[in-house]
Amino acid sequence: MNADVRCPGSLAELWPLLEDGFAVMAGGTDLLARRGAPGRVACLERIAGLQGIREEEGLLRMGACETHSRLLRHPLTASGLPVLARALSVLGSPLVRNMGTIGGNIVTASPAGDTLPPLYALDAVVELASRQGTRRVPLDGFILGPGRTALGEGEIVSAVLARIPAAGEVQHFEKVGRRKALAISVVSLAAVLRLDGSGTVASARLALGSVGPTVLRCPRAEAMLTGRRLDRETLLAVGETLREEISPIDDLRATAAYRRTVAGNLPLRLAV
Amino acid sequence: MSGMVTLTFTLNGAPVRIETSPGRRVVDLIREDLGLTAVKEGCGSGECGACAVLVDGVARLSCLMLAAQLEGREVVTAEGLGTIDDPHPIQAAFAAAGAVQCGYCTPGMTVAVAELLARNPSPQRHEAREAISGNLCRCTGYVKIVDAVMDAAQAMGKETK
Repeated sequence: MNADVRCPGSLAELWPLLEDGFAVMAGGTDLLARRGAPGRVACLERIAGLQGIREEEGLLRMGACETHSRLLRHPLTASGLPVLARALSVLGSPLVRNMGTIGGNIVTASPAGDTLPPLYALDAVVELASRQGTRRVPLDGFILGPGRTALGEGEIVSAVLARIPAAGEVQHFEKVGRRKALAISVVSLAAVLRLDGSGTVASARLALGSVGPTVLRCPRAEAMLTGRRLDRETLLAVGETLREEISPIDDLRATAAYRRTVAGNLPLRLAV
Repeated sequence: MSGMVTLTFTLNGAPVRIETSPGRRVVDLIREDLGLTAVKEGCGSGECGACAVLVDGVARLSCLMLAAQLEGREVVTAEGLGTIDDPHPIQAAFAAAGAVQCGYCTPGMTVAVAELLARNPSPQRHEAREAISGNLCRCTGYVKIVDAVMDAAQAMGKETK
């Protein structure tokens, strides 16, 4: 490929490249796998400001260029965000996780992006940076459709921030795919539930992957869970509601009908 | 205009200085320009692991990397792990266990295993299986390969004692 590729060492060096029309590459696992990558590429991997994992005002701040492997092995992710850690552990393969980044997974905006259901269920916020400064937008408002985001001209995703659930909140993630490694999800479910002392659901956040044009939050199912216990009867009813809330398609991985069936069954794993 | 650049990095411990297009894929740079053919291109899209190399100790897919990314890095291919006369314990264990059929996937497999054993010197079998889950072999099963990983871990553990 006779391309022009730059690896700026700072954001200050990046901005003029973006103004010159360079495409942005984080880990490259999606961009370069599509072949025929754009002719001018700016790699983000050497910009220190896009890395780092730390707590900030009750939120976990994850730099956009943190790789899936580094996030997965970081104690703050493992202890605070097991719903995300679980999703990272089944994303692609170890080799893909060593390269792909959380910011890249967000900007790729695939409805099957494995980090996205946990981030939706955690009400994650995306930090966007440009020459003018930074702004924060909720993830579910940032991703508009398959491969489409609200990223403005000259902007990049610089970090993603998620509230760390209190100890005792239920965090669950499950991915159904055709095989264990290197499989794109057929359906995935992330759940973050707060229970009161008696085991009644005080608040519920559910997000499903691969069953619509974006990852979907399921407000009707969440409302149905709230105030009830995680028993089989409730979860069966929640599953029925989920089946009505999603809009899956047929594709080479599964039929819409199969996705609907599986999506409705996944909440049963939450039974206690 | 996209010109050539001069890249400097180390490859299997030796310094490299090469003029190339910064957008050349690392797999092509290493195989065609630098002549190290243990690095294989299988799928070219990150799904088979045959092109895996260590970059600063991390196993990465050279088909999804661009030459410019190598500036200043340390790259190790299967050739850098060991040679026929002086094989790395991982390579010796693969040979002894018969963990190869056609061998196309083996160089990338050994690179992934090298990263695993550097991070986790005594893995469980399931950890060995997971570490090579991005390296596809379609000649045979993985039992002998996992056996070889476990043997290599043991041999390397003894070596350092």
